[in-house]
Amino acid sequence: MREDRSPILELQGITKSFGGVEALRGVDFALHAGEIHGLVGENGAGKSTLMKIIAGVHTEFSGRFLIDGQETHFRSARDAHAAGIAMVHQELSVAPDLTVAENVFLGNQPTNALGLVQWRRMAREAGEQLARLGLDVDPMSRLGDLSIGLQQLIEIARVLFSGARIVILDEPTSALSPPEVERLFATLRRLREEGTAIVFISHFIEDILRVSDTVTVFRNGRKVAETASAATNKGALIEAMIGRGGEALEHSYSDDLMLPTPSNSPVVLKVDQLSLARSLKDVSFEARAGEVLGIYGFMGCGQQELSRILFGKLKPDAGTLAVEGTPKTFASTAAARRAGVALVPESRRDMLFHQEPVYKNISISILDRISSLLLKPAQERDIAKRQVEQLQIRPPVVGLDLGMLSGGNQQKVALAKWLTYPPKLLVLCEPTRGMDVGAKNDVINIVRDLRAKGLAIIVLSTEPETVLSLADRILVLKRGALVREFRNEPVSKDRLLEAA
Amino acid sequence: MASSETALAAGQRARGLAPFLRSQMRNIAPFLTLIFLSGFFALASPSFATLDNLGNILTQVSVTGIIAVGLTFVILCAEIDLSIASIANVTGIAVAYFTLQDSYVNIANIPLPGAVAILLSILLCALLGLVNALGLTVIGIPSFIMTLAMMQIAAGVSALLVRGQIAYKVPSLITTLGSGSIGGIPWLVIVAAIMLLGGHLVLTYTRFGRYVYMVGGNREAAEYSGLNVKLILGAVMVISAVCSGIGGMLGVAHFGSAQQNEFDTYLLDSIAAVVVGGTSLFGGRGGIGNTIVGLFVLGVLNNGLDHVNIDSFLKILIRGLILLAALVINVYAQRLREKAAE
Ligand SMILES: Nc1ncnc2c1ncn2[C@@H]1O[C@H](COP(=O)(O)OP(=O)(O)OP(=O)(O)O)[C@@H](O)[C@H]1O
Ligand SMILES: [Mg+2]
Repeated sequence: MREDRSPILELQGITKSFGGVEALRGVDFALHAGEIHGLVGENGAGKSTLMKIIAGVHTEFSGRFLIDGQETHFRSARDAHAAGIAMVHQELSVAPDLTVAENVFLGNQPTNALGLVQWRRMAREAGEQLARLGLDVDPMSRLGDLSIGLQQLIEIARVLFSGARIVILDEPTSALSPPEVERLFATLRRLREEGTAIVFISHFIEDILRVSDTVTVFRNGRKVAETASAATNKGALIEAMIGRGGEALEHSYSDDLMLPTPSNSPVVLKVDQLSLARSLKDVSFEARAGEVLGIYGFMGCGQQELSRILFGKLKPDAGTLAVEGTPKTFASTAAARRAGVALVPESRRDMLFHQEPVYKNISISILDRISSLLLKPAQERDIAKRQVEQLQIRPPVVGLDLGMLSGGNQQKVALAKWLTYPPKLLVLCEPTRGMDVGAKNDVINIVRDLRAKGLAIIVLSTEPETVLSLADRILVLKRGALVREFRNEPVSKDRLLEAA
Repeated sequence: MASSETALAAGQRARGLAPFLRSQMRNIAPFLTLIFLSGFFALASPSFATLDNLGNILTQVSVTGIIAVGLTFVILCAEIDLSIASIANVTGIAVAYFTLQDSYVNIANIPLPGAVAILLSILLCALLGLVNALGLTVIGIPSFIMTLAMMQIAAGVSALLVRGQIAYKVPSLITTLGSGSIGGIPWLVIVAAIMLLGGHLVLTYTRFGRYVYMVGGNREAAEYSGLNVKLILGAVMVISAVCSGIGGMLGVAHFGSAQQNEFDTYLLDSIAAVVVGGTSLFGGRGGIGNTIVGLFVLGVLNNGLDHVNIDSFLKILIRGLILLAALVINVYAQRLREKAAE
């Protein structure tokens, strides 16, 4: 499909280091018009760093940077934007207090002759653009009131329809459910036909193979492979990514998987008739010790709200919770934590302190177990080091500010917070979001370990794979109501999708 | 792993002086301001750079310093307390109100033993702080508004207690701490130093101190970590009120009288000291060390302007401009740090 033309963007010998951390070492990268270029690699391999260089976020690096054959040096993201480059960052960067329409037009709102914003026109056009992605949201609603997934789609819409000729998507699908992913891919293909060059980063290798024309693999800051998608397969890509055979990691879950006989160990959490405004309707279930309960559903099905209620962040309108038989009404997250409940939310930003070192992020929720009055930094560091080792967090430096870790490694820190003194009930929202195949596998093993220790674990996810790889029993949540339970029976990706 | 750790740490330091300086802007800028101002006044006036005058400066900033200790906690949590000066005032008045005044003082007061008077006064300011805390955390009134109301309430209580009169006597302990000295060093300075040190130790070495920084750094994340954010916010409001109260009692002894509106300038001075010192208005960054530098900047500025010959009305403007500059630096330091981190 791709003719031999000169690339619109070419990078030669790019090297970038953050102090002692070499993020990129002599990377060559070329991008052609009308091409979807997939990028894969382990957490911390340097994918986001390279893209941030292209988008003018990182301006200090060595190597040559050519656009249309012209040597260029961006001094800011604004320069990149002027050159027709737009990027959706891995971390959501929306303005939650503005309306949906304003977010779609962030930075170039339509104005009239007097310089006033043309609200009606903006709302209409925003509505049209969102409809192209299959979204039906009120352009005048406040963005922060929408779910993370919707916010992400709106950010994607902004970038896709900004008229940029180079579009970079850094893990855009991590918060999306299958139908949205399909619509996104259809849009990407249409843009490709119009001649846009697209870079697409994802840890979902199947997605990469399906939508991209070319795939580039990163490992440890180096480009280790670049091939046409048609000429490779999942196993080969994983092997290139992690540098060893990846057979064990390429489970696809399209075949039936047999769920085990439900355990009859003690009930840790009993949820009865939980309701919340328009988000949840009469939700009842139990979670047992030594069992992983999966709750699957599309984005916006009420998972987020449910997890927040379990951790005392939201108060339900009706219904009761009981932990080990004792009824609880959590007045705060602190109360939930005291009762033995822990939550890892889907959004890292909510859970982590970016300006604080890794060890403080890990120790914060167990400080009262470590020290009564005075801090014990040495002990905190030791605990953090153990977690960093167990979860293979890179780089393994507990004194580094959290903001300096790659996205996937930050996600690991979020999990690490709860692992030193395991709670009775661990609620995990999208526990493997943003993690590479190897890391996902590590998380699976950790969750199994915890299960063996007798924890009750609830995994909420919009990714069928996540639920299938972890859960012993699966509930399907649809528009706020539990519609199906899979237990002791065969289940597969298709069956889950069908039920949702 | 240990060696890679040191290598990385070294790398972080070696990543260039410029980014390091940029990330430390918050701490460096106030210090440079202090050195610059001191140098300037030392050259401009021979009476400025003397040991005596250093003593003056220390005494002049002490009451502000005591109040600023608590305010530092509040601002680190990304909240504000506008009632500090009013609470200082009402506490100072209360301690006088509970002390036997000379017969010519026309206040219907309730004389009590000194220790009781002090205790009651501290209870009073703690109570007012608790009201702030409850308004902020239970009802959910933004601290700016809540403490604005408290500013009025405390002023109202003061007015009711003194009814436009002036009281002079306070318990002897307070008199000593506020206006006495030991070995040539005013007790007031010693108390301020002890409280600043205490605040520093609490913030740096205790679990509570860590919580204060974390709540200020990212309140949402603190909540998701299972911290009792409301308790921590409530505690800093009470700490702030009690520090103000202590400052108020000693201030009254230092001035030699207790009356309405005596502490009005201390609101701005305390906020200025904390912010000029580089503690972030967005929370999570800074500390007592910054506040001390801020206090000195303010002290040197106020004192130095008295040593040089300029229009006293112009002085007010100059103070304002320097505060503005410090605020600009405060906001920019935040951005530069974010830049350097990326
Ligand atoms: N601002 C920063 N300061 C210091 N180091 C950084 C910074 N940003 C990234 N790094 C380091 O650079 C390396 C590459 O990070 P990058 O974010 O590019 O990884 P990634 O391939 O996008 O990973 P992920 O899949 O987890 O998002 C990592 O080791 C990371 O710790
Ligand atoms: Mg990344």
